[in-house]
Amino acid sequence: MTLPILLFFVFAGIAVGGALSLIFAREPIHSALALILVMVALAVLYLLMGAGFISAVQIIVYAGAIMVLFVFVIMLLNAGVENRTQHSIMARWLGIPLAVFLIGDLAYWMARGAHALPLAERSGSLAAGPVSTQDLSLHLFQSYLFPFEITSILILIAVLGAVVLARREP
Amino acid sequence: MEFVSHHAILVVSVVKIAVLLFIVLTALAYLTWFERKVVAHIQSRLGPVFTGPHGLLQPLADGLKFMFKEDVTPPGADRFVYVLAPLLSFSLAITALALIPFGPGTISILGQQTPLAIAHVSLGLLFLFAITSIGVYGVALAGWSSNSKYPLLGGLRSSAQMISYEVSLTLSVVGVLLMAGSFDFDSIIQSQSGRWLGFIPRWNLIPQIVGFLCYFTAALAETNRAPFDLPEAESELVAGFHTEYSSFKFAMFFMAEYANMITVSCLATVLFLGGWLSPLSSSWHWAWYLPSLLLILGGLATIVDGIWKMRGLARVILPFMGVVLIAVGLLCTRPGVIGVVQGPFWFLLKVFFLLFFYVWARGTLPRLRYDQLMDFGWKLLLPVALANLVITSLVVLLVNR
Amino acid sequence: MNGIPLSYFLVLSAILFGLGVLGFIFKRNIITIFMCIELMLNAVNLAFIAFSRALGQFDGLVFVFFVIVVAAAEAAVGLAIVLLISRNRRSLNIENVDEMKS
Repeated sequence: MTLPILLFFVFAGIAVGGALSLIFAREPIHSALALILVMVALAVLYLLMGAGFISAVQIIVYAGAIMVLFVFVIMLLNAGVENRTQHSIMARWLGIPLAVFLIGDLAYWMARGAHALPLAERSGSLAAGPVSTQDLSLHLFQSYLFPFEITSILILIAVLGAVVLARREP
Repeated sequence: MEFVSHHAILVVSVVKIAVLLFIVLTALAYLTWFERKVVAHIQSRLGPVFTGPHGLLQPLADGLKFMFKEDVTPPGADRFVYVLAPLLSFSLAITALALIPFGPGTISILGQQTPLAIAHVSLGLLFLFAITSIGVYGVALAGWSSNSKYPLLGGLRSSAQMISYEVSLTLSVVGVLLMAGSFDFDSIIQSQSGRWLGFIPRWNLIPQIVGFLCYFTAALAETNRAPFDLPEAESELVAGFHTEYSSFKFAMFFMAEYANMITVSCLATVLFLGGWLSPLSSSWHWAWYLPSLLLILGGLATIVDGIWKMRGLARVILPFMGVVLIAVGLLCTRPGVIGVVQGPFWFLLKVFFLLFFYVWARGTLPRLRYDQLMDFGWKLLLPVALANLVITSLVVLLVNR
Repeated sequence: MNGIPLSYFLVLSAILFGLGVLGFIFKRNIITIFMCIELMLNAVNLAFIAFSRALGQFDGLVFVFFVIVVAAAEAAVGLAIVLLISRNRRSLNIENVDEMKS
């Protein structure tokens, strides 16, 4: 049990625990906090894989801005406690096993897909060293320049849309 | 000793963390004293004078007061979030200081060579911004969990202000990044070494003056300090997001605010003022004795002040403190210590000046109204930061051509 | 092999994605459903980065960058719509907003 694998299990456990809290929490604000925890745990996992820049971007943008937006909306709308649904008995007895089957199935096929890769590529994490930001940005701005510009227009459209939608009628 | 040599890195890190924590917490406490004294003198009064000589025991009195107050939880408050908010604020504010280098090179602790920073991260700047961007949650959650109108509004306003100015804060720093070419604090400081015309230090303050001013203004707003402290001013909204907090939790918000101030000042020192670089030419060897000189002069002043002007117990304690200061000053002239002291000395001096500017701004400038504040952030500061970015990148491109 | 095997990351990604789907189907508060969508996006990001590092290419990292950006845009517009719904229907329960006629 080397240090990277131990760290992986710790933060993977935190991520899964956060995801379970997200689903089973009764108040939306607790779900939001759980999701922030998941995002931070995932950022640490990205760091374990050597993608330092993406890890920092995840925390700054995803956990530090998008989730703040969620928290603001929850606070403004005073989203109350989730009520128990009047679900049918079949949903409970059939739903949970099917849910477990869904997760197990996905996990199994993902793991098998990984084994299909040649041996050298199966342990990609720390072996190759950290990603240099310069290389990543060269790739982003040379091969993916057009999508970059398109996403900037997309953000502009989103900002305009949000402002127009959320405006109170005079 | 076997344990120490096997896990040397761990033990050394713990030692560094303990030292830094002790220094920062003491600095926090005396920053409050410093602020009260300076603001008082700006307002033609004296500030704390009764608690100890020159009011120096005021932070201790405040600390004791906070500990003995009753800890009230408002009814209907969400307990978990109510306790989490000040913890989050305070721990994030202190954590950011782990990334900052206080001096050059490496020193040897317990036989292990270690840099003068708790964590040397190659993407240091980016992670520091990551830590400060999560700090918004402390404020927002505090406002929400108090289950009361005023804290909720204060918390929402305060966190909206923080995220607005965070954009300008980050953009104003990109000019420095372009010039240094790296996120690593050590590289940024190294890129500021050397001189123009032989005597002007090559700090980023001069080419990036606009960036520095934007950064400092955005930092004032980000840390909810005057003149941007509407959400927590006493005459507005009761006390903003920390209205319903008492005793130790309130003290944690209080400490978090000052810790944020210290962090932001340290960051400004690293990015714009050349970090631990000395402004004096390195061929002036007498400059190496400046730390000792300052400490000895301070010690002498304390002794004179204690014997001449004080009565009672202070007449004994102050000269004793003065003697201690002189002893430390003499210690800093020893050949092993004098090299190590230089970097942190200049760093702390610059941070001190920036903190003085912070306190000066609080004592002098009138408060901005909330809509003026948001207008300023989005309509003036952000375009200026963007313009700085564009012009800097143009100049860097042309110079490197 | 002194790294973490790729399959570990992929299994974690699958588990998180599955939990996201679960939350999406079973929860009734619109904002919580939205957060489960974000959880699914995060799980997919993890898979992207894992593969990118395993194959030694940068494309996965660039994709993750774009996913984060698009998620930001989507969250902004989506939450604006949620605000409108709560203003008009006075409720955040999806069982109350499943008809076109209010």
